[in-house]
Amino acid sequence: MAGRAEFSLQGRRAFYFALLLAPPLLWLGIVYLGSLLTLLLQSFYAIDEFTARIVPEFTLATYRQLLTQPAHIDIIVRTLLMAAAVTLAAAVIAFPVALYMARYAGPRTKAFFYVGVMLPMWTSYLVKVYAWRLILAKQGIASWGFEHLGLMGALDKALAVPVVGGPSLASSYIGMFVVFVYMWLPFMILPLAAALERVPASLLQASADLGARPGQTFRNVVLPLALPGLAAGSIFTFSLTLGDYIIPSVVGAPGYFIGMMVYQQQGTAGNLPLAAAFSVVPIVLIGLYLMLARRLGAFDAL
Amino acid sequence: MFTRVMAAAGLAFLHAPVWVIALYAFTTEDRTYQFPPPGLTLHWFEVAFARDDIWQSMRLSLLVASAATLLAIILGTLAAFALARRTFSGKESITLLFVLPIALPGILTGLALLAGMRTIGLEPGFWTIVAGHATFCLVIVYNNVVARLRRIPPSWVEASMDLGARGHQTFRYVLLPQIATALLAGGMLAFALSFDEIIVTLFTAGHERTLPIWFYSELFRPRERPVTNVVAVVVILVTLVPILLAYYLTRPDEQSQGS
Repeated sequence: MAGRAEFSLQGRRAFYFALLLAPPLLWLGIVYLGSLLTLLLQSFYAIDEFTARIVPEFTLATYRQLLTQPAHIDIIVRTLLMAAAVTLAAAVIAFPVALYMARYAGPRTKAFFYVGVMLPMWTSYLVKVYAWRLILAKQGIASWGFEHLGLMGALDKALAVPVVGGPSLASSYIGMFVVFVYMWLPFMILPLAAALERVPASLLQASADLGARPGQTFRNVVLPLALPGLAAGSIFTFSLTLGDYIIPSVVGAPGYFIGMMVYQQQGTAGNLPLAAAFSVVPIVLIGLYLMLARRLGAFDAL
Repeated sequence: MFTRVMAAAGLAFLHAPVWVIALYAFTTEDRTYQFPPPGLTLHWFEVAFARDDIWQSMRLSLLVASAATLLAIILGTLAAFALARRTFSGKESITLLFVLPIALPGILTGLALLAGMRTIGLEPGFWTIVAGHATFCLVIVYNNVVARLRRIPPSWVEASMDLGARGHQTFRYVLLPQIATALLAGGMLAFALSFDEIIVTLFTAGHERTLPIWFYSELFRPRERPVTNVVAVVVILVTLVPILLAYYLTRPDEQSQGS
């Protein structure tokens, strides 16, 4: 008797559990995973060069095209370099902000800083991109500022540098780099601040008691413990830069980026298989980056 | 001291561009982004107010965001209740699935949905936009609700059951009041996220023009530029109010923060 009652109770629990989980799981499983698998499948198709139609037969031709054409390699390398530069710069700028938020600010200042970082992060993405278009424009605030600081010559010199320069900040890789760093900075600050907040104060005191100078404490105690936060933040900045196609098309130089290529290939070019193959590249790069971060011990302190 | 100055500079860097947007909504110069603006006017608010295309896009975006938020609240809450406490084999891959839509680049979600739609011959339109938005919005709701559910001591539910409450009574009088603010916060974040979404929407919208799509196409227009700024100011207000509310609703207690 008791056994049966127990069984039916368990059975009922399993039934309710399935009832709860089924709708969201089916949604993500069918709408999302189904779409992702379709996309992956598309990348193994190719386009017929004469009819411009997709031939639904398994082939590696699209990937061959992706990896052998120099123009495509250029796009991948350009995007990768930009993502690496943006990640590095974001980490350098974010560190003092996160450190101050986590360790020096009083409770009120800390709350102020958290809201202060969160608000721009949640402000409309497009509006922020547009703001930078205004700031970096030829007669915009940036050049006004440089002029009034007497730095116009320096700006012209920077823009005259081949490859990264251009006719104005709004149409150069320098400008695009600034916009990327700005856009993803909060995604670096917040995980970093969270990691720094978890560093026990006693460790810093112990380090000082043992005679370490502030610089040594920073290098040997704070930095290693902040590594998981840096890793988490850099995954955001890296992955967001790799996948973005709006910023390079609104602010920036004529060179293509992975995201723009994906958007153009599926749209005007009508080559969905190539777009799909291009969209697999960021995933592979992020996967490699995660492996590298793990090997460097970024997750050991977790 | 150095850290403090750097921190303040970092914060200023994050905020300044938003003020620039507001300033240029009042400029009298409509073709370049000359700084400082030659004069200030309220004229562009009037122009924006009279533009039909803006109102239509605004209406569409509000409808999409409402529908996507509703779907996300239902699906996200169900998932949170199912996954908050149970442990079972395969749970890790399921929870991974529930973060994937925001962990992977948006362009991938967008292109994938487009590929899926084309394969089954679905015409892009209102409901495909909603479906795309609901997919990542449900993750936001799920995260908010699951975090709150895990903070409720299991003994509360046990006590309620011991006192003879039925399942739905325990839900109504014990669990719901506890998760209400988390649910509200998740819903508002989802709404703001959907209202502002462009990366996925450009793939799934077909001929529909949500406000971000309108905004995006406007970026390449040579004239009446301040109208774009007026809309930008409105967008900031529409998205920031729910986000601030969400923040105050889910903020940890002041006391526990001090420790």
